[in-house]
Amino acid sequence: MIRLEKRPQPSKMWIYMTPVLAVLLTMLFGGIMFMVIGTSPIEAIRTIFWDPLFHPQFAAFSRPQLLVKAGPLILIAIGLSIGFRAGIWNIGAEGQYIIGAICGAGVGLALYPMESALILPLMIIAGALGGWAWAMIPAILKVKFGTNEILVSLMLVYVAENILASVSSGVLRNPEGMGFPGSRNLAQWSSSQNLELFAGSGMHLGVLTAFIAVILAYVLLTRHIQGYNIRLTGEAPRAARFAGVSPARTVLFCLGLAGVLAGMAGLFEVTGPAGQITIDFGSGYGFTAIIVAFLGRLHPVGILLAGLLMALTYIGGELAQLMLGVPGASIQLFQGMLLFFLLGVDVLTNFRIRVGKAEVAA
Amino acid sequence: MDLSNINPILLVASIMISATPILLAAIGEMVVEKSGVLNLGVEGMMITGAVIGFVVAINTGSPVFGFAIAAVAGAVISLSFGVLTQIFLSNQVATGLGLTLVGLGLSSLIGKPYEGMKTETLPKLDIPILGDLPVVGQMLFSHDIMVYLSLLLVLAVWAFLKYTRFGLILRAVGESHDSAHALGYKVIRVRMAAIMFGGACAGLGGAYLSLVRVPQWTEGMTAGAGWIALAIVVFASWRAGRVLVGAYLFGGITVLQLNLQAAGMTWGVQYLSMSPYVITILVLVLISSNRKKGSHNAPANLGQTFHATR
Repeated sequence: MIRLEKRPQPSKMWIYMTPVLAVLLTMLFGGIMFMVIGTSPIEAIRTIFWDPLFHPQFAAFSRPQLLVKAGPLILIAIGLSIGFRAGIWNIGAEGQYIIGAICGAGVGLALYPMESALILPLMIIAGALGGWAWAMIPAILKVKFGTNEILVSLMLVYVAENILASVSSGVLRNPEGMGFPGSRNLAQWSSSQNLELFAGSGMHLGVLTAFIAVILAYVLLTRHIQGYNIRLTGEAPRAARFAGVSPARTVLFCLGLAGVLAGMAGLFEVTGPAGQITIDFGSGYGFTAIIVAFLGRLHPVGILLAGLLMALTYIGGELAQLMLGVPGASIQLFQGMLLFFLLGVDVLTNFRIRVGKAEVAA
Repeated sequence: MDLSNINPILLVASIMISATPILLAAIGEMVVEKSGVLNLGVEGMMITGAVIGFVVAINTGSPVFGFAIAAVAGAVISLSFGVLTQIFLSNQVATGLGLTLVGLGLSSLIGKPYEGMKTETLPKLDIPILGDLPVVGQMLFSHDIMVYLSLLLVLAVWAFLKYTRFGLILRAVGESHDSAHALGYKVIRVRMAAIMFGGACAGLGGAYLSLVRVPQWTEGMTAGAGWIALAIVVFASWRAGRVLVGAYLFGGITVLQLNLQAAGMTWGVQYLSMSPYVITILVLVLISSNRKKGSHNAPANLGQTFHATR
């Protein structure tokens, strides 16, 4: 008989090995999936994981895209991971991302066509505050009334999407846009544009912020008392309360931080790669970031790597759509499978697999 | 805006139609949560049911068969959640989210070639005498069979949990898995069965969307219905009767806002569309702020992983 035996301590080796194993399993089963829909599995996997980086023709274009896609994913996932560590399940980052972009863009557009170097910083602050405010709704409701933050934060995504639809054909609509929905292009206005810092690298301010967030999150979690309190709250909530950690403060801090980062991610996206507020601005980064956070084992450095990997599947997925005619949804399924396998093999970290009859407990 | 365009008889009738998918998913999820498992993947299971039901109905021409296979598909995909959380002891919140993401991806992959197609839908039942009553007949007694089956299901779940031995075991597993295990009940098996029942119900609910309510397949067509079903379980404080009330209340809001849109309320269509979600939040706040009635009713071991050490 096969049974699981709890390890006294999580296995160091498996902490690092499980994400790798999950990626390999996903490639295997993803390959089977591609075979079922009639694409050569080896070619599909190569197109997704290898070609965006090393294809002689496409790599020059797709390599910078890696950072463009990874930036928001990492930024959002860092914020989420800190909450997840404390057992606070904010799954509405998509909404905070959208509201951040709307608030930041709104402030910018209110000042149009003024020219000033202060406009972009002002927009970034507005974006961060917008995301923060949107995250404060579930946070305050949880603290005040004990309302489930999972459901509230998710419901607010749908509310945010409707607000987005409303403003992109309403207050933020480009008055010179011939009546089409969508705002002015913020990437073409010199005061608000968030350009590449180095030509051809894909590295814009948002990516830089994501990298800084990785470092700060690492310092917070390993060197700062607040990070310690967060970890304590997640691992032993009762002990945390006895030690004087206020659960309410932890909720407000974690959700607020996630909101700030997601809001900033939205603002960097709208002033850079996306360029304008449109009805389909919400691109699912807020949800994919959940996978990134788990794939990175809720650790800042892990999230950095996971974000790059997930960005690769996005770009590779687009390439596979283009070259092999693979449906776009298969990439979504691919990413979902990755999370599933990761959660499945995670058992190896905390448990040993024993084969044989169970001993009788003394 | 012309409110006289809203026909109260049709309004009530369409409330029943729009409440049915959420009711089916919510009553299934309630059983799952009663067994102590929090499956956040309702949305993923619903949309899987929606696409499978639709595809089967198109290919066989039989919506009834579509419903049956949709239930099976919901149960099968929920099994993946069951295996991960019960055998591989993964975190239920994360796995439920994963199930939703997998379901959304899988469904749009399967459904792509079927977009824009039309299918046979369920026939309206001709209930003799009752159906011929003025007003009430058209309101309550002229629906398809799934509407009545969903009501029957609520009754069955209520009776099962309250009066049967298996219902008692299921609740015991949810309240204290260690005690239930010590008494010799198979905690994992009971939970697996509950998870699959929940999956089948969500599958039926999804199929109702794609086969009756819309009836068409569009990507992401559940649009949060699964999450609302989860909210309704909390709203109902884990009681079958209140799940019914919650689902119909929510169905009412959805239909009312659609009617207001149709009646020519042009300003702020988006504000009407977001109202169901806003109201769900408000209701959740009301329920949770009333601590006496609300959360203490939750199964004590809800969302906790069970690992038998002995």
